[in-house]
Amino acid sequence: MNELTSNEPIGSKDGIDVVSGLPVYPLGHHEPRRADIDPRAAKRAERQVALMFAVSALSIVGAIIAYIKVPNTTLIYVPPFGPVNANHLSVGLLFGLGIFLIGTGAIHWAKKLMPDVEVSEERHTYTSSPEDKAAFGQVIREGKEASGFGEYKLIRRTLLGAMALFPLPLIVFLRDLGPMPGTKLRETIWEKDVALVTDATYRKIRPEDIPVGGLVNAVPANLLAVEEEEGNLNQRGKASIILVRIDPANIVSQQGEGWDYQGILAYSKICTHVGCPISLYQQRTHHLLCPCHQSTFDLSDSGNVVFGPAARRMPQLPITVDAEGYLVAQSDFHEPIGPSFWERG
Amino acid sequence: MAISRRHPAALFAVLFVALGTTGAAYAAVSTGTAPQAAATSSTQVDEGKQLFLEGCSSCHGVAAQGSSDGPSLIGVGAAAVDFQVGSGRMPLAGPAIQAVDKPPVYTEEEIASLAAYVASLGAGPAIPSDEMVDTSNADLVLGGELFRTNCSQCHNVAGRGGALSNGRWAPNLMAADPKEIYEAMITGPQNMPVFSDKTITPEEKKDIIRYIEELQKSENPGGADLGRFGPVTEGVFIFIVGLGILIVISVWIGAKAR
Repeated sequence: MNELTSNEPIGSKDGIDVVSGLPVYPLGHHEPRRADIDPRAAKRAERQVALMFAVSALSIVGAIIAYIKVPNTTLIYVPPFGPVNANHLSVGLLFGLGIFLIGTGAIHWAKKLMPDVEVSEERHTYTSSPEDKAAFGQVIREGKEASGFGEYKLIRRTLLGAMALFPLPLIVFLRDLGPMPGTKLRETIWEKDVALVTDATYRKIRPEDIPVGGLVNAVPANLLAVEEEEGNLNQRGKASIILVRIDPANIVSQQGEGWDYQGILAYSKICTHVGCPISLYQQRTHHLLCPCHQSTFDLSDSGNVVFGPAARRMPQLPITVDAEGYLVAQSDFHEPIGPSFWERG
Repeated sequence: MAISRRHPAALFAVLFVALGTTGAAYAAVSTGTAPQAAATSSTQVDEGKQLFLEGCSSCHGVAAQGSSDGPSLIGVGAAAVDFQVGSGRMPLAGPAIQAVDKPPVYTEEEIASLAAYVASLGAGPAIPSDEMVDTSNADLVLGGELFRTNCSQCHNVAGRGGALSNGRWAPNLMAADPKEIYEAMITGPQNMPVFSDKTITPEEKKDIIRYIEELQKSENPGGADLGRFGPVTEGVFIFIVGLGILIVISVWIGAKAR
């Protein structure tokens, strides 16, 4: 038994903090642990902690051996996880056990053997002493006298003017944060007579290739050349469309007169909510569903929103066929595709 | 000093029960069967008509012209019949937002007869031959690209299916056989759109099927795949199991030693 097992908090005497002279918060009744009063229990706890550290050391060595020796092509069946790579499993378990036992050993040590008396420490006052405050005020006053800040009016005013102006260039520099978006948000690379081609295989599409109920993920024919030139996928992100064919009798409305071709409708693939690419097209209901936030658009009715957080309809691309009978665009989209932005209006 | 009201092992017990329940949820695996394609003959058409009148006409009409309970089958082709009846989706068990795949009600011969009858009503996609779904020389890389472009939006990037609107869903492809996948692409069952042979050629359809076969075969060297749904199930798993373990350890650290 040592002095720390007494019921008096550290640093106090008779309920008074020896440094601050303030009364200490009274502590509850302290029950000594078995290891505090029984040397055999203390010895046992010591052995337990030492065992954890020793097993940890063995596990770490074992992890290194497992990394070298266990083949990483063998799969072991571990319920409920299924087949697991033997190398990953053994290295992970041994290394994890090694770290875990260092932690448990330290906690067991602290709980069983380190002093367990409650300690309360009083905070000291945070204000500066009156002497320090007076000295600080003196320095400021002497500085003002010595510099003559109150005396030289012209200097004081010109200094204030200079200080007021110096942040102005920082506002001008804001312009360097990047070129203005210009028409980027309003235009895509679709234009008159650009052919529609299948995404990933880049073949031109004839109207008869799309049956009623059919869906084609398409991009503009000039996309690959533009991607090559710009070195990024931005234009793909804006110009991707889906083509669906709906029995003309079932088309309630579309965004412009004659924008379809015999019931083939082209709509942007980019959700007007936050811009997820969507082609979850349900051919029976003609609904286009966005998997991100469940916005649903009715492609048989101008792409209007029928459910979800999207605020605007899905933009439609006017299409027709060229002289060779391939589907081409009549023009670019007539409204900005994708999510709303500040200046969109 | 607060006295512990629970047995120290109680939290571990709760954790293991939670782990066990989670594991059991991933245990169910089912396999589908599909019948073989058969040659058409006039007796087969007659048999098919008979079967149709008995089993299908109440919804699809006595001449397969359709009714308020079921669509017209004229021109849907043999492939649609083979897919719908072969996967057990038809006949419907009852009115529902979407037909569920279940063990087929008809035998392979009966399905072939039904398909022959419906095919005789009007031209439509035929049942793909074994050669058409032979993926041994297919292009896996192109198949993956086409799958991610055309299929993954509904069937999930790992082919595990996903939710659609109003309680509909895109089915899991893990048990789909090549013929079923091919038939689904050319017929557009239920709300699935049709992917015609012109926009996705028969060769490219093989590539897609090859990719799906690769997904079906893929192992999970990292352990449980948690449905391959991505961050949602993984997040729920670590939230319950990971936080559970942390709580148990915190309780142990905070418990007063005796």
